[in-house]
Amino acid sequence: MKHNLFLVAFNTIVIKEVHRFARIWIQTILPPAISMTLYFLIFGNLIGSRIGTMSGFSYVEYIAPGLIMMSIINNSYANVVSSFFGAKFQRHIEEMLVAPIPDVVILCGYLTGGIARGVAVGVVVTIVAMFFAKLSIHHAGVIIAVVLLTSTLFSLGGFINAIFARKFDDISIIPTFILTPLIYLGGVFYSINLLPDFWHTVSLFNPILYMVNAFRYGLLGISDINITTAFAIIILFNIVLFVISLYLMKTGKGIKT
Amino acid sequence: MKALRIQNLKKTYANGKQALCGIDLDVSQGDFFALLGPNGAGKSTTIGIITSLVNKTSGKVYVYDHDLDTQIIEAKSVIGIVPQEINFSQFEASLEIVLNQAGFYGIPRKQAYASAEKYLTQLGLWEKRNDPSRTLSGGLKRRLMIARALMHEPELLILDEPTAGVDVELRRSMWDFLTDINRKGTTIVLTTHYLEEAEKLCKNIAIIDHGSIIENTSMKSLLGKLSSETFILDLVNPISMLPDTGSYQLHKTDDSTLEAELHNGQDLNTLFDMLNKNNIRVKSMRNKSNRLEELFVRLLDKSNHRH
Repeated sequence: MKHNLFLVAFNTIVIKEVHRFARIWIQTILPPAISMTLYFLIFGNLIGSRIGTMSGFSYVEYIAPGLIMMSIINNSYANVVSSFFGAKFQRHIEEMLVAPIPDVVILCGYLTGGIARGVAVGVVVTIVAMFFAKLSIHHAGVIIAVVLLTSTLFSLGGFINAIFARKFDDISIIPTFILTPLIYLGGVFYSINLLPDFWHTVSLFNPILYMVNAFRYGLLGISDINITTAFAIIILFNIVLFVISLYLMKTGKGIKT
Repeated sequence: MKALRIQNLKKTYANGKQALCGIDLDVSQGDFFALLGPNGAGKSTTIGIITSLVNKTSGKVYVYDHDLDTQIIEAKSVIGIVPQEINFSQFEASLEIVLNQAGFYGIPRKQAYASAEKYLTQLGLWEKRNDPSRTLSGGLKRRLMIARALMHEPELLILDEPTAGVDVELRRSMWDFLTDINRKGTTIVLTTHYLEEAEKLCKNIAIIDHGSIIENTSMKSLLGKLSSETFILDLVNPISMLPDTGSYQLHKTDDSTLEAELHNGQDLNTLFDMLNKNNIRVKSMRNKSNRLEELFVRLLDKSNHRH
């Protein structure tokens, strides 16, 4: 009985979240498609042709998995941080907090919303990429797993950011000052094997490197990182952030008095 | 069975402010209960704790015998809350808001549609069900919050100043609506600053001040504590001098208006007899101030002296 109640509540949150980003598709789905088109045009076609091949692939093919992953990361994060903070700001988060829904269901509902947007944008960007690069599927299982795990991870990141955020500025600080540099330095545009030893070692501390490379492996069959290690790190981060998010919900940090 | 039992409830905020100093409160099933108090007295904190929006420091809360600490899902299932401030998504339509709320309580969308139609129609919102909620007037937004709170047919409905800022006509229609659902069995806890509203609607009352309950009784017995009441009498014909009314104190406001102060043991019939003997005819009569308001002010004065 209770499980049925929780399932209905979970579905309601997910539908609400998907409706939200679908309703404002001009702000949520279209911009990544446009910016990725520009990335492919500039880095792929205009500059890429002068760079030549990388790990046996044309430059545009090499960067395509990283750019798709970049969109998934940014959008899964943005979806949860803006939606949950918006709900806090307008106080309609209280609709859920007063209802008989366990914290874990609320958390999973928001995460699923973030994953849905990450995947939706990922699909759109992949379609865009196919106009510029010849993409094949090397390992479908790896692609699906890494997309789901990465979008979950960054949805969790967005959730934690939203919990601590007190004003709208606070939800753009992490994406601007932490996420974007980590993505750009996470092997989207280059192989870390091209870096000097010191920077190669430093890059290994960047978690996004593992996601980009795991996804690149799924599409192209090449990676700078051992795939098992990549999955272990992504799963570990997911578990840690999930536990932190649940703890913050239970204590009511940022959402209860 | 008690709809709500609060035992030794305490709340101290992180800044050290003690909002609740150990309150005890019982609300019977089917009651229409008023929780009154000045701003900052602890009403909203109490409601916040009952609805799990505020973490308590200590004490126990039972909702229909469900312990809020150990049976929170069961307790929350029977509560409906109409908060003081608008707290729904301004971008969603009324229908969407109420259907989502039903979903949060485990009611599937298809099943919830009938309730949505019923409550949105009863509260005059059905025609605007697809309009974004931000386009609704202040009064309609308040009604939408009532409709939303009723979607899961709660046994205990908590209304935190539901008629604040609402025009007279709408307030009265809300009173009728609330009286009706109370008559059908929903227990209602109401906080309001309109004491006339509490007097008209509520059977029992608690007054909270400085985080403590200073009065908890039936409305009737509380009003019975008034030692004197002042009435305004509008006269048919003007008078130049006050008549002799013995121990009944009369004051002339103007030539056509008298103020009569009646103490315990005095009655209006005797006063009217005396006025009749003096050929003074009364056209209409009203209380000078709301009776509950007078008591409320007196109780708060007493409480302020203690603090």
